Amino acid sequence: MTFWERNQLRLAPFLFLAPAILIFLIYVIYPIIDSIWVSFHEWNGMDKEGMRGNGNPNWSWVGLDHYITLFTDDDEFYVSLFNNIRWLIFSLLAIPIGLILALFVNQQILGMRYIKSLFYFPFVINAVVIGVIFTWFYNPKYGALAYVLGFFGLDPVPFLADENLATYGIIIASFFPGIAYTMILYITGLTGVSREMIEAGRIDGASGFTMLWNVVLPQLKPATLIAVVVTIVGSLRSFDLIAVMTAGGPWGSSEVLAYKMYQESLFNYRMGYGAAIATILFLIMDIYIAWFLYRLFKNERSEK
Amino acid sequence: MFPTPIQNYSLKVNIGYRLLLLLTLAIWLLPLVAVMLTSMRTFDDVLAGNYWTFPEETATIANYTAVFEGGKMGRFFLNSIIITLPTVIGTLFLSSLAGYSLAMHRFKLNLLVFAMFIAGNFVPFQILMIPVRNISIEMGVYNTHIGLIIFHIAFQTGFCTFFLRNFIKELPFELIEAARADGATEWTIYRKIILPLIVPALAALGVLEFTFIWNDYFWALVLTQGDTVKPITVGLDVLRGQWTTSWNLVSAGSVVAALPPVIMFFILQRQFIQGLTFGAVKG
Repeated sequence: MTFWERNQLRLAPFLFLAPAILIFLIYVIYPIIDSIWVSFHEWNGMDKEGMRGNGNPNWSWVGLDHYITLFTDDDEFYVSLFNNIRWLIFSLLAIPIGLILALFVNQQILGMRYIKSLFYFPFVINAVVIGVIFTWFYNPKYGALAYVLGFFGLDPVPFLADENLATYGIIIASFFPGIAYTMILYITGLTGVSREMIEAGRIDGASGFTMLWNVVLPQLKPATLIAVVVTIVGSLRSFDLIAVMTAGGPWGSSEVLAYKMYQESLFNYRMGYGAAIATILFLIMDIYIAWFLYRLFKNERSEK
Repeated sequence: MFPTPIQNYSLKVNIGYRLLLLLTLAIWLLPLVAVMLTSMRTFDDVLAGNYWTFPEETATIANYTAVFEGGKMGRFFLNSIIITLPTVIGTLFLSSLAGYSLAMHRFKLNLLVFAMFIAGNFVPFQILMIPVRNISIEMGVYNTHIGLIIFHIAFQTGFCTFFLRNFIKELPFELIEAARADGATEWTIYRKIILPLIVPALAALGVLEFTFIWNDYFWALVLTQGDTVKPITVGLDVLRGQWTTSWNLVSAGSVVAALPPVIMFFILQRQFIQGLTFGAVKG
């Protein structure tokens, strides 16, 4: 027996894992640590040994300065943070709307399969296209919204050009794929709802909303959980639609942390400052990561 | 069944339900229909401010040919394919190996490695942005297809390993034990037993990953420059700036950019939904 034949059962798992771990360490784990390190520095992204035109070094230690500036001296940071909170809260509306639509189409009639597909497919359309579509939808001159408002004798509302409304306008656009997604989750969830329990509920006189609340929703809990996790993560990641629809405007009013970070780093060449914003975003996300892992491993234990 | 089957109600309710269903669907699809119609308008029609009426004079495919000839759309489309397909294949290969290892082998740190892959999934892209960009520049793969492909494979491997590990864990362990007793090597087991059994999972993940990568906008923005490598998402955004009021062209471009995942969705809907709702039903 060769060395390999004797030990392959013990070595194989590591060899199988090696490529995935290696590439993951280089492109995910190391960058996280490096970003946090960068956030303690002033850096314009140029050669770290070099000097700026004004005689200062390209790369220098500033400790917590960026974080202090963010919290005490950057109004845009608070605008972005509050917009992230708006995204987080209002994105969750996609979940009940998706549930209502799922219940609405959960019937067996001729052609329902195709109707469902037509409800689902906006989910696979990319953010640039969704952004383009909704930018027109809101266009105060030609947009569908202006037509509808005009029909009721109302003046057009320039959603995306209004400081107070822009973020809501973009969140509504995000509903299009978002609702499609929660709908898919719930319709799949509904196929798993036990018929016996529904029948038992009917015998007990439950119907309509009582049935939904007491019998159906508890069984849809796995679907709801996934919908909540994905929606929250998505809302903290929101970037694409903002970049396409308003580029953070008007006057930075629709920026979120992800977008501000991108702007500071790649347009203002303030890598350290951008990294500090990214670190804050990362810390917020960590709460969810910790919660998700905790749940997962609790389940894992109980299975054994 | 919940809600109560509509067949249990009167004819009136049945007709009403169907009408309401079609109306809801019409409103739901209105934005997409508008884009399709606009993509077939002439520029004069657009100039006249007609967006929501039926085109009087249709240009059918004129805008589409214009988009491909003058607008570099062909290049962007090709870039998207060059980036997406190897990413999907590479990700599935690496994550099926890793998933097999994590599901069927006991070793220290197994759960820790698994947790790392899961946690990596939720990380905001921005915490990776600056270092990933620098790594790409240093390795000379910034603004190349391969640079985007390697990064996508690395990031997506987290999600796919999570998915496949859980899928493989449900397979009967006895199969593998029997094969080991027969003297099969771990590689043979992976090739001859595991791979054939996880084909449904690979198909589900494949269509899902295809959509994710095709629709990527952020990383294409961060890791490319100029037109030679840009995928269609960023390409469309650039062209939109150039075409400004030629909404007929922007629409045609949008349809082209959205089409491949949409077609894939309609053909492989079952696999797609299986992938997407993995874990949504209590198993």
